[in-house]
Amino acid sequence: MNAAAPILTTGRAPSLQAVGMTKIFGPLVALDDVSIDVPAGSFHALLGENGAGKSTLVKSIMGFYSPDKGRVLLDGKEVSIKSPRDARANGIGMVYQHFTLVPCLTAAENLVISRADAPSIIDWAKEKKALAAFMEQMPFKVPLDAQVSSLSAGEKQKLEILKLLYLDQRFMILDEPTSVLTPGEADEMLGLLGDMAAKKEITVLMISHKFREVKSFCDGFTVLRRGKFTGSGDAQSASVAEMSQMMIGDTEVRERAARRVHNENREVLELAGLFAQDLDGADVIHAVNLKVNAGEIVGIAGVSGNGQSALVEALAGQRALSDGAIRIHGQAFEPKRASFDKFKVFGLPEEPLKNATVPRMSVAENLAFRAFDKPPVAKLGWWMSPGPMRSKAEELIALYRIKTTSPDAPIETLSGGNVQRAVLARELSGDVDVLIVANPCFGLDFASVSEIRSQIMEQRNRGAAVLLVSEDLDEILELADRVAVMSGGTINYISRIEDTDRNVIGQHMAGH
Amino acid sequence: MMESAFVTVLIAMLGGAIRVSTPFMFVGLGECLTEKSGRINLGLEGNLVLGAMVAYAVSYLSGNPWVGVLAAGGSGLVLGALHGYICKLPKVNDIAVGIAIMSFGTGTAFFFGKPFIQPTAPRLDAIHLGDWTGNAALAQALQVNPLFFVGIILAVAMSWAFANTRWGLIVRMTGDSAASARAMGVSVDLVRFLTTAAGGFLAGVGGAFLSLYYPGSWNQGLSSGQGLMAVALVIFARWDPIRCIWAALLFGAAGAIGPSLQSIGISQGYYFFNAAPYILTLFIMIASARSKGAAREVPGELSITK
Repeated sequence: MNAAAPILTTGRAPSLQAVGMTKIFGPLVALDDVSIDVPAGSFHALLGENGAGKSTLVKSIMGFYSPDKGRVLLDGKEVSIKSPRDARANGIGMVYQHFTLVPCLTAAENLVISRADAPSIIDWAKEKKALAAFMEQMPFKVPLDAQVSSLSAGEKQKLEILKLLYLDQRFMILDEPTSVLTPGEADEMLGLLGDMAAKKEITVLMISHKFREVKSFCDGFTVLRRGKFTGSGDAQSASVAEMSQMMIGDTEVRERAARRVHNENREVLELAGLFAQDLDGADVIHAVNLKVNAGEIVGIAGVSGNGQSALVEALAGQRALSDGAIRIHGQAFEPKRASFDKFKVFGLPEEPLKNATVPRMSVAENLAFRAFDKPPVAKLGWWMSPGPMRSKAEELIALYRIKTTSPDAPIETLSGGNVQRAVLARELSGDVDVLIVANPCFGLDFASVSEIRSQIMEQRNRGAAVLLVSEDLDEILELADRVAVMSGGTINYISRIEDTDRNVIGQHMAGH
Repeated sequence: MMESAFVTVLIAMLGGAIRVSTPFMFVGLGECLTEKSGRINLGLEGNLVLGAMVAYAVSYLSGNPWVGVLAAGGSGLVLGALHGYICKLPKVNDIAVGIAIMSFGTGTAFFFGKPFIQPTAPRLDAIHLGDWTGNAALAQALQVNPLFFVGIILAVAMSWAFANTRWGLIVRMTGDSAASARAMGVSVDLVRFLTTAAGGFLAGVGGAFLSLYYPGSWNQGLSSGQGLMAVALVIFARWDPIRCIWAALLFGAAGAIGPSLQSIGISQGYYFFNAAPYILTLFIMIASARSKGAAREVPGELSITK
């Protein structure tokens, strides 16, 4: 590529069609005769639940997988894409959910080395000049000399997109690009991309599950379900109901539990001036103060990486506090097994397979983690009998509709939704006073999401104090009675949910 | 009297640092290159010992010590390539393979090296940099082997290449984020194979220095774990070639404390002072394990930090 050439010339956006794409992994048909048509200069959304085949489709287009059947047409001409290198040569680029920037290199180094024709010996004076000229024409800026590891998530995302433009890749595939951005950043970025697409500078295919973004920025959409094409259309005229119908099909979605109005306001959980550090000794949370009442859900909103995980880890005993106190019913609470039992504290941590289960132990054993040292499973506190453990597991599996081949199957063989249900079954089957929940619905299908949110609401209605940490603002707006925003490791905003809105919360998420 | 003894010790330590540091330098630079690409080769001790044997044997048979140096590099290259090849097989742990290569290299060297313990091979010549001073001790300390300068030039070249060449950036990229490298169409296995082989070459050259210059003979106790200490050295140098040179000099000087004190007649604690490099290694490992800077600069793909 000639870096000195004008970058953003209009009318160079390509169109892309993939026809009859089929990909089979062993017994699983991941993609079954799927076609997608993205006209030049459009901003197209690819919708579908987790496991619907969206990733398989774009990875087949990108040459990561070789599809068993199907062809890709670029500007109407069939192209052969056997590797990501071929995709790049054809001007197709992708921004992955996990960044592909190299953290130890600077932004400039990342850009230059990504070029296929990167010179053997890099003349930095010349390259810097060319990069500065390139940046001049870009709608957004990133500091070129900063090490990527020091950039914020938003800046990294922008740099990924700049990289595609720098490489002259005018067909962009974006995989859930806004999951790490504040609502404001997301809107800004999607708006700019939308403008560029409207000027026919680029064509964008965006994987998303946020209807709000699809409705505000996209023009077309295609929906997949269980590896099959289930519909496409004009994103502006189609309703959210129609799109979600295409995504979830006729799956019965359990009715959401309603919020019961009550006038209890006993204070249950109190976080008083919590501090904790990371490995480098820098504060990951500082001066976190929060109170949660009985029968109340307090949602903690924030962009990923602002201390929410550290806070949940501190409450779960996975991270030591350097200062501050946790109090429950006014008594000091130390996150240890005995206190969890005494104060009836339960939790659904994020990534339950990693944080709340031992993946290779059986479902029955995992279900017994809270009870294996108490009667009836254990006698005298140490003699375990598998009988009661297994019958309790069978009971919970039936009650919470956990899909597993047997109680003896390793829990890692279960789907994400069923792992979450199993943890839910273990944590919520008793009497709950305090419930700590983190991103409970991340990556789950609609039916599971609905069921899990209902369970959380039921615990609230029964009088539990619920702390809900979520990166999904819609989840907080739906469930929480009060919202607290975490930014830079501390809580900078608390409000009753009816006294605030998405914009105000978004501004505080960005740290203002 | 006290003062001149002190100066004598200092001069002896300077000479010792220059002499003893060279193998550290080569093994350290080799390890640095390999680790920069995201792989650890603990087998460099094997490369070092095999290199020493091969250098001595080839020098003896050919009559030219520099041919011996190249042959030693070649033997190191082969061992490094072997490590690189085995590690790219699925589910292979580079640390375990490194330990196997270490035993394999030293074992091979002892097996083939038996006949070369007795004969005397032509040795590498030194450049006399200090003869003009008229001070015998200083002149002796400043007899510097050309390989010392080769090592320094190499370190500067590596440091420059990591920042200014495509290959340098690719090596750093592979070491810090294999996923990104793959996404850019870089073959991670190939890059690591090449850096391990090249690192092995350098370690072999370091071995040649041992048998052909200092101590300057071939026997089974020739290396005293320099190959393993080099791993600690690289961590101490935080994966920076220039800092590897300073670290090698420091290790060399530490190794020279015992002999230097002996040269002025202090032989008390001789063995204790000879253990200085090992004690230094221990403290460096403890200090760097606590260091925040090291944690930041470590290549992200290294199996010890993941």
